[in-house]
Amino acid sequence: MSNYLEVKDLSVVYTSNEIPIYAVNGVSLSLEKGKTLGLVGETGAGKTTIAKSIIRVLPEGATKTFEGDIHLEGVDIMNLPEKEMEKVRGAKIALISQDPMTALNPVHSVGEQIMESLEIHENLSKKDAMARGMELLEMVGIPKERFLNYPHEFSGGMKQRIVIAIALACNPELLLADEPTTALDVTIQAQVLDLIMKLRDERGTSMILITHDLGVVAECCDDVAVVYAGQIVESGDKYQVFHDPSHPYTRGLFHSLPQFVGEDGRLHPIPGLPPDPSNLPQGCYFSPRCPYADEHCKTVAPEPYEVEPGHLSRCHKRRGEDIK
Amino acid sequence: MTPAIEVKNLKKYFEVHGGLLHAVDDVSFQINPGTTMGVVGESGCGKSTLGRTIIHLHESTDGQIFLNGEDITFLKRKELKRIRQEMQIIFQDPYSSINPRMTIEEIIADPLKCYGWKGKELEEKVTELMDYTGVEQRLRMSYPHELDGGRRQRVGIARALALDPKFIVCDEPVSALDVSIQAQVLNLLMDLQEQNNLTLMFVTHDLSVVKLIANNICVMYLGQLVETASTEKLFESPLHPYTKALLSAVPSVDVDHPTKRILIQGELTSPINPKPGCRFYARCPYASEQCKQPQKLEEVEEGHMVSCCRVKEIN
Amino acid sequence: MVKSQANAGSPVKTRRRKESQFVMIFRRVLKDRAATISLCVIAFFVLVAIFAPLLAPYDPYELDKSALLSPPSWAHPFGTDQLGRDVLSRLIYGSRYSLTLGMLGSVVSLVCACILGCLAGYFGGIVESIIMRCGDVMMSLPGTLLSIIISAALGPGYFTTLVALTVGGIFGPTRMLRGQILRERGQEYLEAAEAYHCSKPKIMFTHLLPNSISPLLLGFFMGISGTITSAAGLSFLGLGIQPPMAEWGAMLSDGRNYLRTAPYLIVFPGLIIMIFSWCMALFGDALRDALDPKMKT
Repeated sequence: MSNYLEVKDLSVVYTSNEIPIYAVNGVSLSLEKGKTLGLVGETGAGKTTIAKSIIRVLPEGATKTFEGDIHLEGVDIMNLPEKEMEKVRGAKIALISQDPMTALNPVHSVGEQIMESLEIHENLSKKDAMARGMELLEMVGIPKERFLNYPHEFSGGMKQRIVIAIALACNPELLLADEPTTALDVTIQAQVLDLIMKLRDERGTSMILITHDLGVVAECCDDVAVVYAGQIVESGDKYQVFHDPSHPYTRGLFHSLPQFVGEDGRLHPIPGLPPDPSNLPQGCYFSPRCPYADEHCKTVAPEPYEVEPGHLSRCHKRRGEDIK
Repeated sequence: MTPAIEVKNLKKYFEVHGGLLHAVDDVSFQINPGTTMGVVGESGCGKSTLGRTIIHLHESTDGQIFLNGEDITFLKRKELKRIRQEMQIIFQDPYSSINPRMTIEEIIADPLKCYGWKGKELEEKVTELMDYTGVEQRLRMSYPHELDGGRRQRVGIARALALDPKFIVCDEPVSALDVSIQAQVLNLLMDLQEQNNLTLMFVTHDLSVVKLIANNICVMYLGQLVETASTEKLFESPLHPYTKALLSAVPSVDVDHPTKRILIQGELTSPINPKPGCRFYARCPYASEQCKQPQKLEEVEEGHMVSCCRVKEIN
Repeated sequence: MVKSQANAGSPVKTRRRKESQFVMIFRRVLKDRAATISLCVIAFFVLVAIFAPLLAPYDPYELDKSALLSPPSWAHPFGTDQLGRDVLSRLIYGSRYSLTLGMLGSVVSLVCACILGCLAGYFGGIVESIIMRCGDVMMSLPGTLLSIIISAALGPGYFTTLVALTVGGIFGPTRMLRGQILRERGQEYLEAAEAYHCSKPKIMFTHLLPNSISPLLLGFFMGISGTITSAAGLSFLGLGIQPPMAEWGAMLSDGRNYLRTAPYLIVFPGLIIMIFSWCMALFGDALRDALDPKMKT
């Protein structure tokens, strides 16, 4: 396999009160080494579940099905024994979670939390781990004197920087960033994004950036995948997708942005609501909200077709012919 | 024309552990009837407190508030009741802003009941409000948790409109919603404003939203107004260094022309017992000695006010 | 998030006419089988108390010198006590005092607690300080001692017992309610109510209280049995219900002296108190769930 990360037909079903919830429904994606893929979609679309599947930290009790292939550098990590997977986590793949307020343990100093993963994965002595930890803090722009401070002594932006330092502690090759800046203010978001991109470029880290903000994707990513109801509805190079959005959902998403106000001074959002993942519609999942949907769309699930090389859209309608 | 809302030197301080928190510090502006004032700033800059102080959810520490030319800064409870019909608020969080133990009908009817509406009239008014804001009639007897965020926000809007107010404070009404739902709610707000000639104060951190909805914009930083201008002017030629940084920090969806970032260092300083002088001093790329003096909001060109002593040099 | 989406997507049933709140809650309680059974048992106890004269086989105060401390038999199914009185009849008559004491005492405590807790939690400041400091003083006295002081001051009797039990039960729930209210106070719907000038009592009792009271309800139903046993304690000290009046708790403490020779004297009252309080707890639990709109399916 040529790509660094290959995910094929990933499906995840949760159960809640014995009702199956189809969170991820056959997601395939690939990531080249050193590139950044943006996963965009709305709340509940299954973006976070995709990231959790890759690093295999799905909630145990609630997960009913977890199927598909995930290969990292040709190694099948889907079927790796848990012991081996532990070595992969942290050392090769690291996760930056959404909420910096809860990602840190309030009863340990941030220094201890940075050292912890260094001691586990890199077998460093306490002294070396401390030295490395301080370096990491400086790297994310926090003075090393604050090594022994506790999480509550830091502001939100600084906490997110610390979470990033912890994630990068063992030089992971793949970084999964789940809405890393959603909880932050714009100027702080700009700082944190800048930091993430700088570190990524320095180290050649591959990254999957999960976000609902198309602007963040435009600025930080190479490739984009648009997620809707647990499926990737459109994917491609960011220029292809942003210049030429082909799936009706992607187009609706753009038209919902206040920047894309119509000539009548109004926005043209997608009508309706995303489907209930425990009760997905027949055929194309987007068909109930789609302005182009016909009978065929409502009965037969579409397969992705190639709009142009590398640019896929999961739709029966062809861009240019059916969708104007 | 008498402005619908005018605020003069408004101050709101909170006593907190360690001193006085200057949430709103000497803010003055006016909003003309039927227009929208956007108030932007980062969390903790006092923009929500400003809105809440104007509609008397907080008692102001100092300054004056005028509603249609009438000084409403200090009112007895009885007079307040009359005034409050005129001013309403729409909240950010569609999950905590409506009472989870009441049905949708009860929630929308509650303000009307406080003003003596009863029986058939009340029921009809609720029906009308639900239709008006796009809440389906079948949801009358439902409880809030059965509704999605967008519908809950519509219920919140219906409740705010119940008393036919003329002025509404919108406190980040779309920040908690997904983009497609956000767009639906923004459309609704714009329609309602047009139909009822409402005056809105739109508090938000999202610059793309104010650009769409506001006629004029106030930029707040740590309780103070740093710049105010018409929307076009502010986006075209921002003058204050903070406004510039704020505008440049918004990620653009234009892949070919990414915004040029002006990164500002550090984070908000504490609003508790702030030092005199420019509050942006610690983070400002242009800071100099003279910035340690107290700053005044000065008119640079017509309708464009900036609170920066170096505005001429840096632009 | 997934959960609310599940709600969003599924069609919401149309309810045209609003059925009365009470009927709706009652119907929801009945969905829980354990709650239904316990409600039946409680109803049974109440009926027994109402129709005591018709149901009791003997006069509860009649002394039968020929049958002192006789074990359960066909003539006396639950046996007789040291004075030859029929235990079953005394239990049946006793339910009148025990149930009313337990329920009235708890209800009055709860109502007082709601008022005080709301005032303290909503207004804060000096009102809160006064109420909570009084509470601290009351809570620092052992509950029994407090009841003893009140009973001793007012003299023994049914009404005094009621007052003593009520006062002792006010401040625990008050403190709990205040805590709940403080947690609830930051919610925006309260600010909204303030913004349309909802009156303060209305905000307190129609917005704040219903959202804060749930944890108190379970405690309330569990407390009823506690009140019954406290009443027993007072009777035992000679301050509560006066002999020869029959009351469950008093029977329990009377029987204590005959634990070895006539265990049925405490087994039956004890069993009755246990069953009753258990049912109350189960019912309280179900009622709390029924009152929460989120639990409705």
